[in-house]
Amino acid sequence: MKIIVLVKHVPDAQFDRHLTGEGYTTDRNESILSELDEYALEAALQLAEARGGAKAGNQVIALSMGASGAVNAVKKSLQMGATEGVHLTDSALAGSDAAATSLALAAAIRHIGTGAPVDLVLTGMASTDGETSLVPAQLAERLGLPQVTFASSLTVDGGRLTARRDADTYSETVEATLPAVVSVTDQINEPRYPNFKGIIAAKRKSITTLSLADIGVDPAHVGHAGSWTTVTAAEERPPRTAGTIITDEGDAGIKLVDFLAAQKLL
Amino acid sequence: MANVLVFIDNPGDALKKSTLELLTLGRSLGETAVAVNGDLHQDVSATLAEYGVTAVFRPSAQDLDDYLVSAKAAYLAAAAGAASAGTVLLDNSPEGKEIAARLGIRLNAGVITDVVAVDADGTAHKSVLAGSYTTSARATTAVSVLTVKANNVTPEPASVASAPETSTVEVPADGTATAARVTAREQKAASGRPDLSDARIVVAGGRGVDGDFGPVEQLADALGAAVGASRAATDAGWISHDAQVGQTGKTVSPQLYISAGISGAIQQKAGMQTAKVIVAVNKDAESPIFEIADFGIIGDLFDVLPQATEEIKKRKG
Ligand SMILES: Cc1cc2nc3c(=O)[nH]c(=O)nc-3n(C[C@H](O)[C@H](O)[C@H](O)COP(=O)(O)OP(=O)(O)OC[C@H]3O[C@@H](n4cnc5c(N)ncnc54)[C@H](O)[C@@H]3O)c2cc1C
Repeated sequence: MKIIVLVKHVPDAQFDRHLTGEGYTTDRNESILSELDEYALEAALQLAEARGGAKAGNQVIALSMGASGAVNAVKKSLQMGATEGVHLTDSALAGSDAAATSLALAAAIRHIGTGAPVDLVLTGMASTDGETSLVPAQLAERLGLPQVTFASSLTVDGGRLTARRDADTYSETVEATLPAVVSVTDQINEPRYPNFKGIIAAKRKSITTLSLADIGVDPAHVGHAGSWTTVTAAEERPPRTAGTIITDEGDAGIKLVDFLAAQKLL
Repeated sequence: MANVLVFIDNPGDALKKSTLELLTLGRSLGETAVAVNGDLHQDVSATLAEYGVTAVFRPSAQDLDDYLVSAKAAYLAAAAGAASAGTVLLDNSPEGKEIAARLGIRLNAGVITDVVAVDADGTAHKSVLAGSYTTSARATTAVSVLTVKANNVTPEPASVASAPETSTVEVPADGTATAARVTAREQKAASGRPDLSDARIVVAGGRGVDGDFGPVEQLADALGAAVGASRAATDAGWISHDAQVGQTGKTVSPQLYISAGISGAIQQKAGMQTAKVIVAVNKDAESPIFEIADFGIIGDLFDVLPQATEEIKKRKG
């Protein structure tokens, strides 16, 4: 199988995150591989391993789009076990919204699929910065592929995949033919940590760098210029401050109700 | 004024409050048409008229629910064309956002999710980075597609009722040609409590409940609240995964969030820190949840919650 996993380099949520510059884009200092993409990578590695792994010709290609730092998301993926990496980078990509991002990624996926076609594109359920979940669906629409989102389990048998999805009021089973775009939730597996062997092996794996020219995308169709939405203002919310804190002396439940009554919340 | 199209997926016998909110918002932006999927009950038609809807579209096919999202997006794109819509409004559910995503590509339209308010000029307001910023954004395209969060608009019927005409929209074949198919669907048992995503009050429990959600549920019922949970609690299997609040669970913005036995990790805070009022009950005075609580109680939830529940029952008589 040839599987592409989309991996995003996102600001670490453990630290304060900021919007900067004219287009209010996210400051990408202190960035890491999006934790939610690790589940997609793990799902890809399991599918490949079940088919005999890299030795049997299974490819797990980690693809990241972003400025120079984004290559770190690819490197981490190689350490976890991806067989090769692709870094799509071009200054014209800066400030791309979901529509422009999906345009560039669709072109990169087509490019990677020349020669041997791609069987599966795997992604996390959302990026942990933008958190829109728009990109997987938009990619599927652009590539004309079936979309299976929020998969909490995934099996592939021949040219068909079966996934389970859980919504609030129902659970469902869905089927699609390959190739397909699949996003997975954090319920699907437990991502592995890179071990020492993986870290050493990653050093020998290749990372291909692609520019917009390589994938045939007009710079005017991506970045701020090519985006279909624009952020016109951004205001940092004052951080929440601690209010009243009391220690229970046997009557805290009653004090809690007093507080709710005073706030007109009863 | 511009034309607005509101998508209503399977309305059932009565429109949900969140749909009435979309119709009210739509009317503030222009003439509002709706695209319905599924049966159109008489009472629903009557409500659409009360809300001043000018046209109702229905799909030529009955089986849109059998495909994952793309059939609905294809139908909605055709309806947006029929309505000459400049703005399309959908609910902010995961499915609503995905339909919006594909619709955006079909219509060459910018998509903005998690919208809490829209100005007359189309500028949408939302909060990003786990509630740490509020932003204004707009689509730069002829059509904009917005998914709107519940509980940010007060539903109001139109001053004058309308008499909308119903017409059928052909569902494009390419919406189903390569779509994933739903082969089985099981309904989950209803809890009888308010829906977590748009409840006015949420009582949430974490690892501190140690397997017993009883005190959390009883307080929730006394308050008419929804029950939420941390991931530690859902991962332990003490409560269904649907109850998870946080980065990988639900984002809630209630009037009141009561956090019990939850430490307040960043991923949990991401889902609840835009609540109007936060109350925390935790044994450990060092828990980060106390940094953002309006009212914090250092104590055992097994003492504090039942006492509060009794007191509320007493006061409510
Ligand atoms: C990619 C990723 C996504 C995640 N997404 C989410 C998410 O969406 N939602 C989420 O919640 N977490 C999420 N997490 C997990 C998160 O990091 C924390 O592990 C989790 O929130 C901890 O849950 P907790 O607060 O219930 O448990 P703990 O951190 O173990 O805290 C339990 C608290 O209960 C208190 N306590 C114990 N007994 C009592 C008692 N009797 N009375 C009062 N207090 C008591 C303790 O003092 C402690 O503060 C995510 C993590 C990752 C890596």
